[in-house]
Amino acid sequence: MSERVAIIGVGWVGYRPSTPEVSYKELTYEAAVKAYADAGVNPRRDVDSFITVAEDFIEGTSIFDEYVPDQLGAVLKPVHTIGGDGLHGLATAHMLIRTGQSEIVVVEGHSKASNVVTLPEVTAYAQDPIINRPLGLNTDFIAGMEMNRYLFETGTTLEQCAAVLVKNRRNALRNPLAPYGADLTLDEVLAGPPLAWPLGRYEAAKHADGAIVIVLASEERARSLCDKPVWVIGVGWCNGAPSLESRVWGDVPYIQKAADMAYRQAGIRQPHLAIDFAELDDTYAYKELQHMEALGFCRPGEAGMLIEEGATEPDGEMPVNVSGGSLGMGNLLDANGLARALEVVLQLRGEAGQRQLDEVEVGLAQSWRGVPTTSGAVAILSN
Amino acid sequence: MTSKIKVFPGTPLREVDFKEGKILYRHDEMNGQYAWDTGIGIGSYLAALKEGVLLGSYCRSCRRTVVPPRTVCEWCFRPMNSYIPLKDTGTVNTFSLCYITWDLKRIKEPEISAVIEIDGASPLHGIMHKLGEVDPEDVHIGMRVQAVWKPADEREGAITDILYFKPIKEG
Repeated sequence: MSERVAIIGVGWVGYRPSTPEVSYKELTYEAAVKAYADAGVNPRRDVDSFITVAEDFIEGTSIFDEYVPDQLGAVLKPVHTIGGDGLHGLATAHMLIRTGQSEIVVVEGHSKASNVVTLPEVTAYAQDPIINRPLGLNTDFIAGMEMNRYLFETGTTLEQCAAVLVKNRRNALRNPLAPYGADLTLDEVLAGPPLAWPLGRYEAAKHADGAIVIVLASEERARSLCDKPVWVIGVGWCNGAPSLESRVWGDVPYIQKAADMAYRQAGIRQPHLAIDFAELDDTYAYKELQHMEALGFCRPGEAGMLIEEGATEPDGEMPVNVSGGSLGMGNLLDANGLARALEVVLQLRGEAGQRQLDEVEVGLAQSWRGVPTTSGAVAILSN
Repeated sequence: MTSKIKVFPGTPLREVDFKEGKILYRHDEMNGQYAWDTGIGIGSYLAALKEGVLLGSYCRSCRRTVVPPRTVCEWCFRPMNSYIPLKDTGTVNTFSLCYITWDLKRIKEPEISAVIEIDGASPLHGIMHKLGEVDPEDVHIGMRVQAVWKPADEREGAITDILYFKPIKEG
């Protein structure tokens, strides 16, 4: 059994609005080759278990496990697919190593969102088929209602939500992985068309294609293979009430619970002091503020002020989404959590190029599975 | 056992109960549309089918020729080294006589699914297709077969550009 688990290799492809020249298998293969080269492992010889995160409805093929092994080098090896976010996959890899079941585990997530012609309809299939879906609403209405209640309860303003978009898309300009970098003003964002008022069209992340592969190892293997291991010091996940009728609308207690689980493992009592930077779910702009509060970076209603003060800018006290987040890099569906974790790894290794933060030791990655879910996960990493 | 029971407990349901709205249920049809990028490996395969050619790919380290072609060797995880046009003849590895269609209709003349190991590909590498112009009684593992193609001007770069495989008359 290994007490400590490290990320020893990362690989990625994308992110781009479409990738017509390659199949999802070829996209994933490219990311896997990079991750294995980075980790110095041969998947056929060294890797004990493989995990993919994917949703059958999004892939368009059911029992997606069957389509995974060849592009990862996992034929005739233990493989399973999780219908969850990338951080759920990371948590599973962590458990496989902690229990002693495996020493080296690979986690893979990809998005071929461009291939889903009727993505809004497919997304609507996450709504309750009997009492919600017959109303025929675009699933983004759930984000609009949540945002409305969040603003009502906390006094957060439309300007503060728009400021998240301005910050993240500007951050994306310094990230070569990000296709949606832009230099926008608050007025331009606020004058944009509505999506599900109070949510504006620009405040929902556009989709992107991409693949991310992460290699994890037990402490012993990590020390022998890797000179820059990034330690997984805490992971947590949680689901809230699924019902739209009786869920908490202004707050996200499941993120708070997931964070508590991760903080407990990491021995963190004051997250705003212990954590140097964070990559948070921002698939809708207001979510970044809501998530900061649920993670205990500040009190409810204070995240809006922090963004106005610039505290979450790359040079602020608590940089959030220096990568550009989903607003800047694109919504990668269930690969979102791995994109968040990838940026934390690159920053902790000092390999984030132009957007590298100074003197960072502990970073937090957080994900949410998107509307209509109350499903979230948190990972805390340290160099 | 059940033959001893004269009356089963519970309320029986009849189709008319559903029609008359006495039983509440909700019917829905999914609008799931996808446009999969076929990519380099399978895309090349489909383009070759349009030309009436079966394309495989070769891995030098495993000395293996696979069909359909792929960009990565699933056994050694190295990139494939080259594409190789193969013959459109082969040998039945396994088959089944299917008396029920994909949408559950019973049929008298079976559809014959088969994996055909293509000549020139490595052993155990074949393509999944159907057999035709053959009496189901005569189909056997090890049977030699040949592709029957759609006319060239009707081929569109799809697996259905081959209609089926038929037996090769020996001698």
